[in-house]
Amino acid sequence: MSTIEQEMVHAAEGGHHDHHELPFIRKYIFSTDHKMIAKQFMFVSLFFLVIGGLLAAMMRWQLGYPSQPMPGGMLLPDAMMAPTPNGAIMLPEFYNSLVTMHGTIMIFFAIMPLLVGLFGNLLIPLQIGAEDMAFPRLNMISFWLAIPAGILMLASFAVEGGAAGAGWTSYAPLSASGEWTGVYLGQQLWLASLTILGFSSLVGAVNYITTVINMRAPGMTWFRMPLATWALFITAILILLAIPVLAGALIMLLFDQTLGTGFFRPEVGGEPLLWQHLFWFFGHPEVYILILPAMGIASEVLSNRARKPIFGYHSMVLAIIGIGFLGWIVWGHHMFMSGMNPLLGTSFMISTMAIAVPSAIKTFNWMATVWKGDIHLDSPMLYALAFVSMFIIGGLSGIFMASTPVDIYIHDTYFIVAHIHYVLFGGSLFAIFAGITFWYPKMFGRMMNESLNKLHFGLTIVLYNLVFWPMHNLGLQGMMRRIYDFTQYEYLAPLQPMNEFISISVFLLVATQSIYAFNFFWSLFKGEKASDNPWDSNTLEWTVPSPPPHGNFPEMPVVYRGPYEYSSPESETDFYPQTTPPSNPPVQDLIPEPVTPTPEGF
Amino acid sequence: MNWSWMLPPSFSTVSGDIDGIYYVILWITGIIFVITEGLLFYFIFKYRHKEGRKARYDHGSTKMEIAWTMIPLVIVLWIGFVSKGVWDTVKVDVPPAGLEVIVVGKQFEWNVTYPGPDGALGTSDDFETLNELHAPVDQPVVITLRSDDVLHSFFLPEMRIKQDAVPGQDITVWFEAIQPGDYTIGCAELCGIGHTTMGGRLIVYTEADFQAWSSAQAQQQQP
Repeated sequence: MSTIEQEMVHAAEGGHHDHHELPFIRKYIFSTDHKMIAKQFMFVSLFFLVIGGLLAAMMRWQLGYPSQPMPGGMLLPDAMMAPTPNGAIMLPEFYNSLVTMHGTIMIFFAIMPLLVGLFGNLLIPLQIGAEDMAFPRLNMISFWLAIPAGILMLASFAVEGGAAGAGWTSYAPLSASGEWTGVYLGQQLWLASLTILGFSSLVGAVNYITTVINMRAPGMTWFRMPLATWALFITAILILLAIPVLAGALIMLLFDQTLGTGFFRPEVGGEPLLWQHLFWFFGHPEVYILILPAMGIASEVLSNRARKPIFGYHSMVLAIIGIGFLGWIVWGHHMFMSGMNPLLGTSFMISTMAIAVPSAIKTFNWMATVWKGDIHLDSPMLYALAFVSMFIIGGLSGIFMASTPVDIYIHDTYFIVAHIHYVLFGGSLFAIFAGITFWYPKMFGRMMNESLNKLHFGLTIVLYNLVFWPMHNLGLQGMMRRIYDFTQYEYLAPLQPMNEFISISVFLLVATQSIYAFNFFWSLFKGEKASDNPWDSNTLEWTVPSPPPHGNFPEMPVVYRGPYEYSSPESETDFYPQTTPPSNPPVQDLIPEPVTPTPEGF
Repeated sequence: MNWSWMLPPSFSTVSGDIDGIYYVILWITGIIFVITEGLLFYFIFKYRHKEGRKARYDHGSTKMEIAWTMIPLVIVLWIGFVSKGVWDTVKVDVPPAGLEVIVVGKQFEWNVTYPGPDGALGTSDDFETLNELHAPVDQPVVITLRSDDVLHSFFLPEMRIKQDAVPGQDITVWFEAIQPGDYTIGCAELCGIGHTTMGGRLIVYTEADFQAWSSAQAQQQQP
């Protein structure tokens, strides 16, 4: 073999025998290693999670203490706060920006990149036994497209007119022209930012799908894939199909804003409902993009920490796929009151009722997974159990709004605010805490501090429920969402004490998160050193060093069984890694005898 | 603080049915909530790790999967079936009007146009009120809902009525109050800086009082 041929073979193998240390900029900044990109997504989205939380706290100040001077408000510019002798009072236009940006940042810049950017990148190649993503450079581009999107989104706070203020759903025509809101550039930056972020997600999705289809290790059949990878795979398909619709709608709205086109502006012949159809045709699959990976993460942690195979693995996979299909025909349930033909309301109600079923199947299977388990109540398990417990509440409250007549009353009230937070915070974010805590040792080679995590868990689960449970009650009393000063309505004024109670709980909830942040950074340097497999797990990522080297697997892993063989009688320990060869290999007599041709055969 | 899951009182012919479905769902979900959360906590307590405990090696049960697929499916489809009837009454089958009005939302007010003495809209004796909807009791009030600028949502919490107003679209909304009184009009869709101030009053009279009010208004507003 000539030198050139050797180099080509070397390159084709991904160069993982290369022991040259990569320069700093290639290793930490413009990295093509999926694990580093996962960490980059994690740090950036955790930053946005903090921003989103602070925006929520400011919003809650106004709701808890309507039009009273906000502590520290004098530090904000006059475009946001009205200075008075006693302090600065929040302006309604800034409140609308807070409503909009809290939702936008949490959904697009925190939860989605944590679930898809962090866990998609970290877990997919490691769990299927691949050395990296199929397209490492595309992967790098995916991250580096998210950065300008984030910068544009944050910059919109500083421009004239302030940040976008038409809600995270940006319903036209309010969003289609600055004359209705006074926000021109802010809304345009919002649109441009999300368009760029959409490309980032698209590029990532293509990569995930290709990787899962093509790069599974020998023996890693479809039904031996861990549920986290299954969920991320279906999520990637949803992203691939949903994001182009959003991108198209965003660009149309940007044209309405800047070029004077009339897609959504009725005064020039446009159709406002078209925006809602396009937005929710993307938006409802997006809801599942935000929960499917969380379901996958919870499944991994629950099965592992209960030391028990996941109950009904096949129906769990089918439920993920079922949600993936049904997710496309339920978008109209966001639009029961929109003025779309009420007969359509009934069809969308029925499909929405149907999509409750796969979620119920998953919940019952999680419960059956912990049933008769050997439950280790350490912090990842506590977060994962909180996920199940809170997802039950979020799932059940969804049925109220799926029923069209009940939705007439509770649509656009705090009931829906409670519902979405039980799913996205109680569901997705608790699963993210579970996932980060569970895979932290794999990412950084150290364990997080268990006592601090338990303290964080205990405070968060209590405060979280004190914040969001009473929002159901506010909604039932008829309090609308996105309202700057509810005391303007006589019948809502008596709700002030409950709103104040919620706001105080929010401030404490936000403050509590500093425990997790401290633990996260402290453990990076001072955490107990982690072994390769601290949770006695079966899946492939735990067969490699913590953290895994570039190229992940020193040699190609071979998979012999499914990912959840815990407490199997065939194994001496209570786990049975996917790569451990069977202890009693198939004996000769199991192989069928060669068939002797019979006369009939000719 | 009101931690109640009861709905506040309602005063229209359809609101009883709407509230009824709400309570049916509240019972069903409430029971499922107590059972599932109760079992989950019981399992966590009962099967928590102890020295020597071995988890059951169990991959699932097709019978159970079928049971917890079919039972929820039947429950939610039944809820859907019951809901459809009430939805059609509220949003699809509009009864003959006792009073027809036009309600136009614009930043940040509600304009109401009444037919005047001739009982027909679009004639010269029409008259208007701002941020107030006056209506007779026990008669279907049929509203043509419009918007002049952006989306608004016409919300009558005590009547259990909500409908977005969409520029470029005429949407029919109806309700029939069952008790005279002073009620709320709200805007439930974010419509700009003044969204929070876009409230109004719904005043429901007895038939005779409404006629008196109506003729007085018609006379006052004649050019």
